Amino acid sequence: MSIFETLALYYSYPFVRYAMIVGVLIALCSSLLGVTLVLKRFSFIGDGLSHVAFGAVAVASVMNLSNDMLIVLPVTVLFAVLLLRGGQNAKIKGDAAIAMISVGALAFGYLLMNLFSTSSNLSGDVCSTLFGSTSILTLTKKEVWLCGVLSLIVVAVFVFFYNKIFAVTFDESFARAVGTNAGAYNLLVAVIIAVIIVLAMNLVGSLLISALVIFPALSAMRVFRSFRAVTVCSAVFSVLCAVAGILVSILAGTPVGSTIVAADMIAFAGFSLAGRLRGGA
Amino acid sequence: MALITCDNLSLGYDGETVASGVSFRVEDGDYLCIVGENGSGKTTLMKTLLGLLTPVSGQLIFGDGLRQNEIGYLPQQTVVQRDFPASVGEVVLSGCQGRCGLRPFYNRAEKRLAAESMERMGIAGLSERCYRELSGGQQQRVLLARALCAARRVLLLDEPVTGLDPKVTAELYAIISKLNRDGITILMISHDVEAAVRYASHVLHMDKTVFFGTRAEYVKSGAGFGYPGGEGGAL
Repeated sequence: MSIFETLALYYSYPFVRYAMIVGVLIALCSSLLGVTLVLKRFSFIGDGLSHVAFGAVAVASVMNLSNDMLIVLPVTVLFAVLLLRGGQNAKIKGDAAIAMISVGALAFGYLLMNLFSTSSNLSGDVCSTLFGSTSILTLTKKEVWLCGVLSLIVVAVFVFFYNKIFAVTFDESFARAVGTNAGAYNLLVAVIIAVIIVLAMNLVGSLLISALVIFPALSAMRVFRSFRAVTVCSAVFSVLCAVAGILVSILAGTPVGSTIVAADMIAFAGFSLAGRLRGGA
Repeated sequence: MALITCDNLSLGYDGETVASGVSFRVEDGDYLCIVGENGSGKTTLMKTLLGLLTPVSGQLIFGDGLRQNEIGYLPQQTVVQRDFPASVGEVVLSGCQGRCGLRPFYNRAEKRLAAESMERMGIAGLSERCYRELSGGQQQRVLLARALCAARRVLLLDEPVTGLDPKVTAELYAIISKLNRDGITILMISHDVEAAVRYASHVLHMDKTVFFGTRAEYVKSGAGFGYPGGEGGAL
């Protein structure tokens, strides 16, 4: 069988199509805010929040909730708001706060899962939550719809507030001085990022989410010079890498999440090289 | 009526008073230089004028139809901006933000205003260039153009020449003076007393005691503040 025949065969399975749709949507959403987060020195917020989400998943599974979204999403949003709102004048700042929450939530979640384990395969459970190894292939139709709707909202909100987000990220004090409610937009960014992270946990798991957020932005920043070009490029970059990663993982039988991240890393190297050549020219 | 009137203003944040007894008036077309040591409350005053802080006590009155968010602001540069991927055009256009309200995109009038501001600052040709790759002087012109988008009447400049070499500093002062001659009221925070005395029409000196008066009055009393450069070198 040629590669294309293999792909066509796999593509006839609905779960592969679902994985592809969700993968593309999540890659698109997570890349949009990447530039803002990298520039605000919040590169690791994806990591921190996804560990919070991991902790929340543990709580949900211990409580035997059938739909863990109910607890995961609000908790993650809450911590995102705490981190980004307190950003400027919090007692424990930026990276330290993220590190603290990240490690704390991870340990707490693992502890809970150990103490009140309901499943026989604990390390397998933990592993798939952390690396998202299989869950993207077990998506139901309902989850695909949920993901689609949430992604649509995220993209719409981002486009609608694009200019405001730019102004607030570039120069918060100027934005405040001309009467833009910078606090509200920081809050908005926090909520969006939390939603994206909860969505993305299905795809790459909580350990690799940071890669989805920062690689597209960093790569695009190597080559492009304007905010719009960087944003568009990182969205395209992220979607292409996700598609490539999913295809390779189907063909080679590798874990989906880490294959996507590997694709991101290779593309980043390419972009760095391109940026250097362009800079030298 | 004066554009801005401060009457016995006490400034501070988080319940701590940084400076008190600040009184001054700014008329249309003035060029006010605010000088003083670090920690004397210059930046606090500026934030209060911009409405980012509320005065501890005293009165701050805007007159002559001036609204607080119509003051153009040139902040000090932040670390974020040094590696921000943004074109000059995008940065200048973001000065129109205050005019948009909730409208998500800029309209044609605002784009024209941004183009005019760039023309005025002599950076029209740089519109497509990346902000972070410009020289310090060019970056300040970009931020000035952005401030002009936000307001046509009053500009607040926070240490505009910090980190610039003498030649570029002189150029920037010349641009600011030209804006002032064109009828824009300038409020400038500066360490540079010499420049203050050379270009400003009025001086507000913030220290343990607060001095406010015209340039001539300041020069006369300048030595009394024990300020190097307050005496001879300036004029």
